[in-house]
Parts: sequence; structure tokens; C-alpha cells
Amino acid sequence: MVDFIEIFVERVVHFIENVVQPHFNYWSYVVLMMIGLWGLIAKRNLIKKLIGLSIFQTAIILFYVSLGVKADATIPVFDYEAEKSKSAAVVLPAEPSEMGGKSDGKYKKIDPDHYANPLPHVLMLTAIVVGVATLGVALAVAQSIFKDFGTLEEHEILEKIKTGDYVKHD
Amino acid sequence: MAMKWLALVAVVFTGALLIYGVSDFPDWGSADSPANGGIEGAGRSVSQTFIQETKPLTHVPNMVTAVLADYRGYDTMFETVVVFAAGMAIFAVLRVLKTVDGQHSRVIRDRSVDGDHQRIIVGTTCKILIPVIQMFALYVVAHGHHSPGGGFQGGVILGASFILLGLSDGMETAMERLSEGKFVAMAAIGVLIYAGIGLLSQFVGRDFLDYGALQPLLGTPDEGWARSHAMLGVEVGVTFTVTAIMFAIYVNLASKGELKGGL
Repeated sequence: MVDFIEIFVERVVHFIENVVQPHFNYWSYVVLMMIGLWGLIAKRNLIKKLIGLSIFQTAIILFYVSLGVKADATIPVFDYEAEKSKSAAVVLPAEPSEMGGKSDGKYKKIDPDHYANPLPHVLMLTAIVVGVATLGVALAVAQSIFKDFGTLEEHEILEKIKTGDYVKHD
Repeated sequence: MAMKWLALVAVVFTGALLIYGVSDFPDWGSADSPANGGIEGAGRSVSQTFIQETKPLTHVPNMVTAVLADYRGYDTMFETVVVFAAGMAIFAVLRVLKTVDGQHSRVIRDRSVDGDHQRIIVGTTCKILIPVIQMFALYVVAHGHHSPGGGFQGGVILGASFILLGLSDGMETAMERLSEGKFVAMAAIGVLIYAGIGLLSQFVGRDFLDYGALQPLLGTPDEGWARSHAMLGVEVGVTFTVTAIMFAIYVNLASKGELKGGL
């Protein structure tokens, strides 16, 4: 019996160390994404649906940014101090004040693992701003619907379309 | 009610599938994952190439800015167009062009000092804050080459400063500073600056958005500095569009397209 508990505890620890610990970030994004999906399909209010859509988008943005994370890496901005102190054999990069100077082959020693991956940051940077702009369009459409129907509840709008009880434009 | 249970089942099922699939993903913070380290035997990955070559080729220390405005310049140009198009779509959906005078759907509040004592505190605080916010926005744009920042971020901060003015001092005050004609023109000018810099490098004889071609025009010591300066120009274009569209979204949504009264 004692052996059984020991094996069980060992397996749980093994599971946490090898499956949960390296992947907990993805799990939280999945949970966040499902909250957004729930808001999208289960809520009847159009504004709540938009909130769900935004939460869904946030989960994807967090997921992309987390893909670019490297352990012990710095932000993707050229690190003058670290590059200087690395080794005397490496030709030092030009400081921004010294305009110009040929630099071919000087930077081959840059260690990619010292910097976080810049590509997901670039993709998400534009995605966030475009997300805000498209959310603005969605809110404008919702406001326009409210002007004509007097409600933002999906089933009430469908009812009013059937009965023809809304402001009609020529 | 039955639909809600169905939705819950669908959501839980999808979530369970995703969590099952996620166990094949690279570990958190792994430098050897396909996205970070590339595939074994296939040479440097795209991101490794960016990290090693942006500094020597463009003299821009911030790799994100270099990739955004140069390597992915075409993509960013159309992101700017999307932001511009979103602003125009809001204009098309909401803007009320014909209003009979004195018949606004919203009551314009009394914004005189006597009418609202809270306005003194909010108004004075914002009067001090807004110039600082705008200075910071310009710093974020101009320092985007050396620290996190750039056109999108600076543009949003600059747009937020105008929105703050609209919230604290009434939309009329904000519209005096940035009228409708001005912000629509600003949004268009931003896209034109971006596309113009791209076209300029095409006229010099290289590809569209190949900023290295601008070296003789800018008189820089090498092509890298021409790229660096052209990137700043492009970021300024992005700032124009994003600032104008952020303010346009606010004023149209807050006044139901009448651009009067507001929140």
C-alpha cells in the first residue's frame, strides 16, 4: 500500500515537471480563448459578443508573444554593453553617434539566443492596433443597429426583423 | 437554455482538444523551438537572421522597428491602410451629415465653470497632463529606433491625448484643435507619406519600399543609414494615420456621428 502511494506521488510529480510546468502558459491561453469563445457563441447581447471577441484576440496575442520568449534573453534591442564586454576579438559595433562606417562581417558573432525573438512582437504590434480599429468599426455597427432597432439583444432584433418593427431607411 | 448547454459542451470540448494538442508544443522559454532556433539542418531561422543582421544592415538597434518598417515594410504599409479604411468605415456607418439646427438627439451639457465644479479639477489636471502626454508620444515615435516604441505606439498615445481633451473639456474644444477636415486629411496624409517613401525608392530605380536606394538623396555615408532615416519617415506616416483614426473613432462613437455634444 505504501509503495502504491509512493509510485502515485512520483508519477504526479513527474507529470507536473514534464507536462504542466513547460506548458502552463499555453494552458492559460486556451482557458482565456475558451472564455472568449463562450462569450461569442453563448451570449445574446452584441456588446458582450464583442467583449468575447476581444478576449479571444488577447489570448492569441499572448500566445504569439510567448512563442518568442527565450530563457535568460533580453528584449530585442541591440545590447551595446553586452556586445562590448563579450570578447576583444569581436570588432565592436559603431555607436549611434559615429555616423557611417562599413560594418560587413562585424556582427557575425551576435548570439541569437541573447535576444528574444523579434518576429512575434512585430506581428502582434500591428495586430493590436488593427484590432482596436476593427473593434471601433464593430462598435459603430452596433451603435447603428441600436439606432434602428432600439435594442442590442440578438433575439429581440430577429423578432423585430420578422415583425418589421424598426426604423427603415429609404 | 438548451442552446447554452450546447455551447458549454462545445466550448469545453474544444478547450480539452486544444489542451491535449498543446502537449506537443515547445517548452516555455525554449531557445531551440522551431520559431526561435529554426529546424535542425536548415540553417538560420528567420528570427535568427533578423537578430544578427538588422544592426549591421540598417543601423537600427531596435530589431522590432527594423523588421516592422523595413523587412516587413509592405505588410506594415497595408496595416496602415487597414487602420485608415477602418476609420473611413466608421465614417460611412455613423456620420450624420444633415442635422437640423437645435435638434440634436443629445443634450449639450453646460460646460461653464459655474455649471460644474468637478470640471475645474478635471479640466486643470488635464490641462497640465495633455502637453506632457503629447511630448511623450513624440518621444516614443522619435526614439523608436533605440527603445521600444514607434509609429503605432506613439500614434495611439497622441490620439489618446486628444481623446482626453475631448473627455475633460468637451468635444467642441477638442474639435477646435483637430477638426473633422483636419483629421481625415491627416489620416490620408499618413498613408501617402508611407506609400510616397516607397514610391520614391522605386523612382530611384530599386524595388518598392527598398529604402537603400534613397542613399544618394539623403546623402548618408552608407545604405544602412538611408534605411534608418527612411524608417523614421515611415513611422511618422504611421503616426499621422493612427492618431487621426483613434480620434475619429472616439468622436464618431461618442456623439453618434453628429460630432457635437459627446460624452
